[in-house]
Amino acid sequence: MAELNSGGGGGGHKKGGKKIRSKKQSARVDMTPMVDLMFLLITFFMLTTTLAKPKAMDLAMPDKDKKQPENRLEIADNRTLNVLLGTDNRLEWYMGQVEKPLTPPTVDSYGKNGIRKILIQKNKEVLAATGDPKKGLIVLIKPSDQSKYRNLVDILDEMKITNIQQYAIVDITDPEIDLIKRDGIYKDKK
Amino acid sequence: MPKVKVPRKSTIIDMTAMCDVAALLLTFFILTATARQPEPLPVDTPASTVTMPQPDTDIGTITIGQGKVFFGVKDQPVRARMLEKMAAIYKIPFTPEEIKRFSLIDNFGVPIGNLKQLIAMSGAQRNKEGLQPGIPTDSTDNQLKEWIYQARYATKELNNKDMRISIKGDAQEDYPVIKRVIDILQDQEVNKFSLITSLRAEDK
Repeated sequence: MAELNSGGGGGGHKKGGKKIRSKKQSARVDMTPMVDLMFLLITFFMLTTTLAKPKAMDLAMPDKDKKQPENRLEIADNRTLNVLLGTDNRLEWYMGQVEKPLTPPTVDSYGKNGIRKILIQKNKEVLAATGDPKKGLIVLIKPSDQSKYRNLVDILDEMKITNIQQYAIVDITDPEIDLIKRDGIYKDKK
Repeated sequence: MPKVKVPRKSTIIDMTAMCDVAALLLTFFILTATARQPEPLPVDTPASTVTMPQPDTDIGTITIGQGKVFFGVKDQPVRARMLEKMAAIYKIPFTPEEIKRFSLIDNFGVPIGNLKQLIAMSGAQRNKEGLQPGIPTDSTDNQLKEWIYQARYATKELNNKDMRISIKGDAQEDYPVIKRVIDILQDQEVNKFSLITSLRAEDK
């Protein structure tokens, strides 16, 4: 720092070897080097440490019972929303079963203006239809081979945001792959 | 108009207050931050709105990125025990010195045959990107399954707790790779695990 230190601190300067009376020393200490050191340490700590702790999203998968494949829960068609995750951050959704979907399959995007609107609306409709707050929408998430891990986290995040209690990650079936292929969000392997 | 005389002032500023602020900031950083671990496989975790922090104890982390799978356990005694068990299964003897060195490795991604070389390396060499090829996960040589199984066993044995498993995947990783790991977990009847995400800055 360009600054003249004239306000004491050092004992008086000698002039021409003449003995001078020792001055009364000021109690002030120059703090500049200390501040420099402090900021150096702050910079060091800021660069070497991570502040944002990673977050953990809990995920419970359905029990895979290999011995008793018939021991499966039947779920009502009109409560089921299938979400097929395709390539290019696109998804496709329909209600019911793939053979006879209750709503025409629609290609949509992730986020606030995409699937979230559908989820909220469908959940309301299902709750009104069943009249039981415990019987809400059931979402089956079916990631295709061409979806990214990010898409999976995004859709799980939507479940948390829209507060849908029942959802599961399920393997995609061949008719569904044909469906997303038809709608252009699944590309043939080169 | 009278001439205004500008008084000459000293250029010294009192630095004490500034020093106080700096010290306060420094204390804050030291107390809140955790040291960044060097990672042999850097991953960019996807963002989510979940705000629950990752637990610190009894946790095994599977890192997935660039098609490779890495594994690491938090507790050092568990790491040592896990290696002893793996050594018995794959019949590769490890010296106590090697086991001790292994327990200091945060996560690793080599087939067990190459583990000896990895242990012999220094920390800086080991964390070089692209050096470790990942743990084999295919059905003929499913070492990841064994590692997870032995880690769970060792955690139960030493801490009498169930090990929690978290998956730290790269956002751009293809789903089949993630699916393979989830299948390995489900085969061991681990149906609950956590996905590590970073905090989404704003709600898009």
